[in-house]
Amino acid sequence: MRTGTWIEACAADAIEAEDVIRFDFEDRTYAIYRTENGDYYATDGYCTHEKIHLSNGLVMGSVIECPKHNGRFDIPTGKAKRAPVCVDLKTYPVKVEAGKVYIQA
Amino acid sequence: MASTDRRKRDYSITGPENQRAQERGLAAAEWYTCPIPRQRMKELMKRKNGPAIRDTLIWFGSLLILGYLAYLSWGTWWAVPAFLAYGILYATPGDSRWHECGHGTAFKTPWMNEVVYQIASFMVLRSATPWRWSHARHHTDTIIVGRDPEIITERPPVWKILLMQIFHLYGGPIELKRFALHTFGKLEEQERDYIPASEHRKVFREARIYMLILLAVVAACIYAGSILPAMFVFFPSFYGGIVVITFGITQHLGLYEDVLDHRLNTRTVYMNPVLRFLYWNMNYHVEHHMFPMVPYHALPKLHEEMKADCPAARRGLFAALKEVITALRKQKHDPAYVVEKPLPATARPYVRGVPQQQDTSLRSEVL
Ligand code: FES
Repeated sequence: MRTGTWIEACAADAIEAEDVIRFDFEDRTYAIYRTENGDYYATDGYCTHEKIHLSNGLVMGSVIECPKHNGRFDIPTGKAKRAPVCVDLKTYPVKVEAGKVYIQA
Repeated sequence: MASTDRRKRDYSITGPENQRAQERGLAAAEWYTCPIPRQRMKELMKRKNGPAIRDTLIWFGSLLILGYLAYLSWGTWWAVPAFLAYGILYATPGDSRWHECGHGTAFKTPWMNEVVYQIASFMVLRSATPWRWSHARHHTDTIIVGRDPEIITERPPVWKILLMQIFHLYGGPIELKRFALHTFGKLEEQERDYIPASEHRKVFREARIYMLILLAVVAACIYAGSILPAMFVFFPSFYGGIVVITFGITQHLGLYEDVLDHRLNTRTVYMNPVLRFLYWNMNYHVEHHMFPMVPYHALPKLHEEMKADCPAARRGLFAALKEVITALRKQKHDPAYVVEKPLPATARPYVRGVPQQQDTSLRSEVL
């Protein structure tokens, strides 16, 4: 896997405010978020509790709730906030340029 | 038709079935979900405080009123129906509030879920943290033998367990033993399988708080020279258990084990508004298992979205109980027997498990 490379993930308007989408690249899956105030973030796509796609979860403010057991993470930092998640989520730098979202993976 | 002499299985999660489930690809597997547009799901998942605050006020308000009437009736025969009503209103919503707040979906505000979860856990005598983890496993591996710690009874069914649970006499003493164990800083072997080490201290702290409350109740009884204080706190967890088990057995019993489709191992039952209030809509159980993110107040709407892809819901509690009891009686002699409802023409086919390893010894009856 390449490290530190900026990868074009999606169009900025492909994600609604307070929502998340799944982005697969090479052999990895990511979750890309847009919070209510229009900020973009990226984390690993799977929950750290079990292999469940966070993109099916619910974004509430700056928190993502996992769809399987309702574990929660702070989106900007990836911090585990509610059991059964105990391990933090890996986060990735994000930039938006010319209407496109890039993540540095 | 398959053989009916299915070997007796070990339902403990520390036994060989755990390994077998993992080898068969049934542990932490991918489950079937009904297709619902993301936009609609987002609406259904939306959290609110209003419904749960209203319901919690009604619940505790009604408990106070019934408790006062029960107090007035103490020493007369009226105490029997009065305490029965109090006990049912104590334990039944105790169970459903424990469940919903454990998922963290009942209220929008996290601390409200947590406060009601802790209170309700004590009311139904379930250690808050261990049960949070046990329930997470129940959702990961629903009715997967050797993996799910919340299977009420094995096949063939053990009637003694079901009958004892009418007064919580099977699960209650087990929980009290666990409280004692946790109080002394120990865990059961099976608890180690699903509670991470980082949570152990919390488990022990909660058990010590429960123990202090129970000791306070005992002290109040000694001081009052009567069991009356315990009739309000602690005993209702037992004498009020009948509706908890009545609802509980409709959730999964008589249906498939070891499948990856909640439409096959979980039952949705239509209930009237009073029962739905007590149960906080957990009668929509297929819906809840498939989409645990949807709060209880949105489950009827979720049911509407899913029903074209699901078998027909059972029409009322009695219809569901009849189906369960009939199935359990058949399983007594034929443990391989399970109930399977036909899917509507609009539905996608059932997912019976990991395809190449389906259990051919199952014998189902299409109703
Ligand atoms: S898989 Fe995410 S909380 Fe369990």
